[in-house]
Amino acid sequence: MLVALGIAGVLFLVLAFEAARPTLRGTWARARARRAGPAAPDFDPGRERRAEQRARELLRTCVSEREWEMYRDLGLISVAGTVGAEPAAYAYLIYPHRPIVAYVPQTRELLSEYCVAFRDDERPFGSGRLPDADDVLAKWLALAADERALVAKANMHLPGRQVDPAVVRADLARLAEWARARSLARGTVRAA
Amino acid sequence: MRLLRMKPGHGEIVVAEGDVDVPEEERMLIEAFRRELDNGLWAAVPLEERGGRRRAELVRDFSDVPRDAERVIFFPRAAGGAR
Repeated sequence: MLVALGIAGVLFLVLAFEAARPTLRGTWARARARRAGPAAPDFDPGRERRAEQRARELLRTCVSEREWEMYRDLGLISVAGTVGAEPAAYAYLIYPHRPIVAYVPQTRELLSEYCVAFRDDERPFGSGRLPDADDVLAKWLALAADERALVAKANMHLPGRQVDPAVVRADLARLAEWARARSLARGTVRAA
Repeated sequence: MRLLRMKPGHGEIVVAEGDVDVPEEERMLIEAFRRELDNGLWAAVPLEERGGRRRAELVRDFSDVPRDAERVIFFPRAAGGAR
């Protein structure tokens, strides 16, 4: 009697497992997908290039001619800080999709990094990442309109947290050379 | 006046366009303006001062937008990035 009950129990367990197997397999696959993270966004290089072209045109019409040429030639914009004495004792380097870096123009001393993000929660095409020029323009608009508020929103760190200080110093050297060449080309500085 | 919105994968799109001196078009602009702010976006008006200096104003109400502004740009709110 006990043997018969045991066999029946085993049979019941096997049948129950077979019946539940498709459901278990689906649950297992979903759990694995969750662990693997979100699906890769629908990235289309051509679309992103066109988006960047549009964004550049918008940036060009919003910032000064000098700032636009800076972005076009160097991929960044330097803007003077507005808090405190005139001329400003500090400035910001605006990079696309990297923290804003505050520095002292006269000495090129790096002061701090302000990590701030402008991500679109609607995520069209699977990504909330703005085109590079739009990200720079968003930072420029926010800084130009309300520097204190943007700085307060950002996570502030010492230099080197996310942006390599050597890269920033190299960018500042490129920027100085660029400004010199631009001035020479415009005849506002005599060649040494 | 044109209301523009930055959009990932696209660049800016025109949300609405109209003449603020035409009541119907102004109403349409106001509705579109509120909709974008309700969606959590910031609105900025790029401005040019005498002497060519460029600046911007963040606006929270359509009445704050200068009547002669050509564009209002909507973009995602700033949030603190990586800690």
